Amino acid sequence: MNEDAGPIFRQVATQLEDAIVDGSLAEESQAPSSNELAAFHRINPATAAKGLNQLVADGVLYKRRGVGMFVATGAREQLLKRRRSEFAEQYLTPLLAEADKVGISIAEIVQLLRERGGRS
Amino acid sequence: MTAAATLLGVTMRFRGHTALTDVSTTLQADTITGLLGRNGAGKTTLMQLLTGHRVPTAGQVTVLGAAPYENDGVLSRMCFIKEGQRYPDHFRVCDAVSAAAHLYPNWDQPLADQLLTDFDLPGRRPIKKLSRGMNSAVGIVLGLASRAPVTLFDEPYLGLDAVARQLFYDRLLADYAEHPRTILLSTHLIEEISDLLEHVLLIDRGRVLLDADAETLRSTALTVTGPAAQVATFGAGHAVLHQESMAGQTRAIVRTATATARQEATTLGLAVEQTSIQRLVVAMSLAAAQPATPSTLDRATLQGAHR
Repeated sequence: MNEDAGPIFRQVATQLEDAIVDGSLAEESQAPSSNELAAFHRINPATAAKGLNQLVADGVLYKRRGVGMFVATGAREQLLKRRRSEFAEQYLTPLLAEADKVGISIAEIVQLLRERGGRS
Repeated sequence: MTAAATLLGVTMRFRGHTALTDVSTTLQADTITGLLGRNGAGKTTLMQLLTGHRVPTAGQVTVLGAAPYENDGVLSRMCFIKEGQRYPDHFRVCDAVSAAAHLYPNWDQPLADQLLTDFDLPGRRPIKKLSRGMNSAVGIVLGLASRAPVTLFDEPYLGLDAVARQLFYDRLLADYAEHPRTILLSTHLIEEISDLLEHVLLIDRGRVLLDADAETLRSTALTVTGPAAQVATFGAGHAVLHQESMAGQTRAIVRTATATARQEATTLGLAVEQTSIQRLVVAMSLAAAQPATPSTLDRATLQGAHR
């Protein structure tokens, strides 16, 4: 997988989170098994299992004994909430760092955002 | 986790040459371990010791709870596919397959048939007449279909093209997922295989240089780039394996023991990338070969991420 996007198990978890956020993996539907994930991403099954277990620990997935992993009810809302709270750190911190470096003021950033986004 | 095999203080000396020096390691049961190291590092010797082809000069080898040498109880549960494996002269592909079917108690014939088809191996062709890559493919078929609880592949892909190698990795992964077993695989194609590995054992001139979980290695090896002074500041607190400079910018491959290292580097204004296992292995092997090792680099630091 991508060498530069952190630990592989984290990437596996993030991709499943993406699928839950965009609705392609619906709540109460079955998540892929560790073997399916391993085959798809061409990674060790233990690594894939670690990604799944991370999501179980986060309460995003839950286990049904002998059946597999399922998306918890409320998982989407939970993930959205977390991503919103991480938004500033993840996107604004690098934005401000670069703006500082090249001398773009906050007012100019706001102006650019308005032009791009077409929002006020 | 239980151990499938252990080496304890193993030294292997041949006439005038020491192939392994005081090697201690454990292969955890039902994991895929990559055995990495330069040519002549001692990879094949280590596999020969595990499979009872040799007796160590000193130390102890234990596989599946017993010493493997002349021990049928152990050897019947192992499969060793050697580099450039040879077969009796008159053997056709189908003869090698039926011999293996008798030899390995867990043999899976349907899997063997499937793999023969996958690799386009003609059953009635004499093995002698096969190309090098096809010869390697025969070994892969036998190694996978043996379903041996401990399976060793010593550079199993000599001459195999990229498509066939991908097929090998995919089949290995699929069958391992269904039938977990202990797999030790020596390879130089680290980049191709690193995502498949759960554990990495790197040896260099007969000594263990690295024995660690693959995921841990990935998270503890960083490449940082930035102004020389800042890189030096960051490097002072970590094990710098390799560094190069150009136009006032320095790039360093670093092993860190702290979870905050990434943040620490970012705060110093350094660009941080993850280091691939291949680059880490190359950097460590080169660092180990240098007579004047940097002071930040000692054996304990190198082996840092030990189980």
